[in-house]
This record gives sequence, C-alpha cells and structure tokens, in this order.
Amino acid sequence: MIAAQALTDMAPGFADLALDAQRTFRRLMDSMAKPGRVTDLDVLVSPPVPGFEAAGAIALALLDFETPVWFPDDADGRRLANWVRFHCGCPVTTDPAAAAFALAGPHNVPQIDHFNAGDAKYPERSTTLLIVCPALVGGAAIDLTGPGIAEPLSIAPAGLSAAFWGAVAQDRARFQLGVDLVLTCGTQIVGLPRSTRISPSSAKGK
Amino acid sequence: MTIANQSNRRAYNYAYLDEQTKRMVRRAILKAIAIPGYQVPFGSREMPVPYGWGTGGIQLTAAIIGPDDVYKCIDQGADDTTNAVSIRRFFARVADVATTERTQDASIIQTRHRIPEAPLGPGQIMVYQVPQPEPLRGLEPRETETRAMHAYEEYGLQYLSLYESVAAFGRIAGGAGYPVLVDERYLMSPSPIPKFDNPKLHQSEALHLFGAGREKRVYAVPPHTDVRSLDFEDYPFEVQSWDEVCGLCGCGESYKDEVILDDAGNRMFVCSDSAYCGDRRVAGHAGPMAGHALDGLATGDDNTDDDAAAVGIEA
Repeated sequence: MIAAQALTDMAPGFADLALDAQRTFRRLMDSMAKPGRVTDLDVLVSPPVPGFEAAGAIALALLDFETPVWFPDDADGRRLANWVRFHCGCPVTTDPAAAAFALAGPHNVPQIDHFNAGDAKYPERSTTLLIVCPALVGGAAIDLTGPGIAEPLSIAPAGLSAAFWGAVAQDRARFQLGVDLVLTCGTQIVGLPRSTRISPSSAKGK
Repeated sequence: MTIANQSNRRAYNYAYLDEQTKRMVRRAILKAIAIPGYQVPFGSREMPVPYGWGTGGIQLTAAIIGPDDVYKCIDQGADDTTNAVSIRRFFARVADVATTERTQDASIIQTRHRIPEAPLGPGQIMVYQVPQPEPLRGLEPRETETRAMHAYEEYGLQYLSLYESVAAFGRIAGGAGYPVLVDERYLMSPSPIPKFDNPKLHQSEALHLFGAGREKRVYAVPPHTDVRSLDFEDYPFEVQSWDEVCGLCGCGESYKDEVILDDAGNRMFVCSDSAYCGDRRVAGHAGPMAGHALDGLATGDDNTDDDAAAVGIEA
C-alpha cells in the first residue's frame, strides 16, 4: 500500500518539536475532557491533504513506533500515510482492528465498528479515530451528555450520516469498550471520547 | 527568560522527559480521560527522585506542562514542605514555568494527599501523586483478579469490607483514600486524600489526573463527572469535622492539622492548606492563637522569588 517515500516534496512537520507537540496535546486533552466543545488547535502544520491540519498535528503529537495507524486506501490516504510515516516513524496498518489511531474523512468515513473497541480488561487498547468533517456546524444536531459536560450540549458536524451516528450510539452502549472519536475540520477539533453518550437532538424545531 | 536561551544551556529535553516518553504518557492520559476512573497502564520511567516522592505525578506534569502554565505544588496541603519546594523548583528549572502558591492563580496544581480548600475553576488541572492506585489491592492481592473485578464491575468485596468496618467499629472507618465510584462505573481510589476532600471531586470544574509511578498507572476524573463515595443507606458517607477552629486564621470549615506545641500537652489546630490559611490571615481573619510563633511561617509570602533564583543557578 505504501509507495517509496518521495522526499523532495515532503511537507514539513512541527517547527518546534517539543513545544508544538505540547500545545497540540494540551488542547486535545482539554477537548477530550470537555467533549462537544469546538477547540482551535492553533498549531500550524500543512499536511499534504488540505483539511487535515488539526488531524495532522494530532498525529505528529501522538504517533510513534508504538502506534499502528490506519488510513483509508485511497490517494489522499496514501499521501497522508507517507507524510505521517516520515515524521513519526509509525507502522501503517491496513487492518482497522489493529490500529491504535486512524485518520479518515471527509469523503471516506469508515465504519467505526471495524476498529478496535478494546478488551473488557484492557479497554484502553481501543482505536482513537480522527475524522475530518467538511464543517463542524450545519449538520444534523446530536445531543451529548456524560462526563465533562456540565449542561446538555449539542453538536452538528456536517458530512456524517444517520447510519454513522447510529453506529456511534451502539458503540457507546457497550462502554467500557468503545472507539474514541475526534472530529476535526481545518485547525478545529471536537472531542467525543467513548464516555460521551449521544442521541439525535430532541430540540429539533424548537 | 526565553525558551531559546534556556535550551542552549540545557542538557536535557524541555520538561525533562524525552519526547517519546511524553507521547506515551500523553496517549495514556487521553485514554484515562475517555474511561473515567479506569487505571491505564503506562511505561513509567526512572525519575530523579525515589518512588514515593511523586514520580507518577512528576511524569504526568512533565507530559502536560508548557511554558504558559503557572505551577503550584503542595504536599499535605502545604506549599513550603521539602518535597513540594523541590518539585516546584524542578519544574521552574526544566519547564520555564511561573510558580505560585495561590490556588486561584495556578493552571496546574500537583498534590500529595490534599485538594486545596479554595474552589477549583474551569481550566485548572489537578495532578495527584498516587502510591497505590488499586482500591481493591488491600482486599485482593492478585492483579489478574482485581483487573477482572473492574472489567465486570464486581465490587461486592469492597462493600463487604465497608460492612465489616461497620460491624467492627460501628461506622465506616478509614480517613484517607476512601473509595469512590466514578460516573457510576469504575471503583477508584482518590489517592490518600482525606475523605474530607472526596466531595470536592464530585462535579468538579477541574480536570483531575492521577499518576502512580511505581505501580505504573494513570487514571483521571474529567470535569463535571459524578464521583460518589461508597456508603450504605443507614451508614451514610460522612467527612471529618473538628470542634476547634484554626488557631491562626480562625477558619471553622477547613481541614485541620494538629500541631503538638510542647511536652505539656499544649497543641493547636491549623489549616492543612497553608496558602488558604495565609490568604485568610492577610485578609484580616485571626484565630485564637494568632500571633503565635508559627504565624510568621506562611503568611502568603510565597517563595516564587526563590524559585526564580534557583532557575538562574544552572549547573
């Protein structure tokens, strides 16, 4: 799946390895601790596929030789895989169930039940799935409750089907198992860890 | 002082740990937040202090801290104890952070055995140094068994232990490390904080991260998460209370330390949270023993200047 690395046009990674990774992680941690809130990562990296700025920064901050990563098997996926593999030295896997992390979207959102949901005794061995959306607003509204959410909150990311949200709801029903999601668009992210319970918005039409 | 001229002189990475270690700890923190109360194993490293001196907390802080943070470190509530001063100076030196003793000013508060009295706000992060992360370890020594008990939410043994305590002592005994249920799912040890502090974890505005260096575990309580101290309907959970007020600041609500003053049986009770007590005294509150020799030791005159000086003394 992975072609030889073409280094002449390899996009750069973080300008400051330690501090850019810290800033990126810290905002990601904040958005996982407070699910549903839109956070701007505010770190400038230019992955080879436009729209993946935040997802790419998170990959650079967290991936290394210990984290098999999955990409969609298409041209964009291969370009991203080359870039991430160059900067992080991470193994790239074609088996979603073997992936610690996965990057996908916006045209190619995979089925989340193909990814690793962890083990009852080791639930942390699940996949963290980063999905790039066309926009984080304007889609169908989804209500969120759970840890980190003070007042009932709803999000409306675009480009995600009812079937996708149905699969997420099923995934949430089997907590402590589950796939942790980060929705991204450009430099913005929304954390949706498995602890967040979701339902189609009841506020529709109000 | 800029990062650039610091890193020129430094023989180690920003915030002490190497980047691969930080990534590993960061991944563990994210999973810990996603599964509130569950203990995530992590590859705890050798640190420049012995186990028991906060190696877990130090690794968590090193993984999250950045130059914009304001760092506070307390030990049993006090900012001026040896362990707290050493760790605070360590991060002032290796992470270029400002330090403070004021709870309200801190973005990261590393602690051993207390949660500050001042209410925590959104955006603040508590980092706990944890000796034994497994609440069931005293009841079941085998890791394979406790792991299965958590996996299948099999916590009858814990309730039995509380019941035996009631049968033996007429109440649920035990003052620190009192077990809690996080988001009604995982049984968790809140670390050896007094049970007085347990209610502060419930629906807290702050993010709470727990690190056990020797036991190689990290776990978390996100903000606005239910944290329930275990009890029985007829033996409800209760926190400690004192008949005495703080001898220095007169506070009746805070957690107190008993200080023995001499061989004649004289004693005083003082707030365990030294910054809180100092703030109250500066604000004009006075206790029955105000003016005592101990009064001058911690009146909010923090040693941030000392820390800044320590940063300048590069080996």
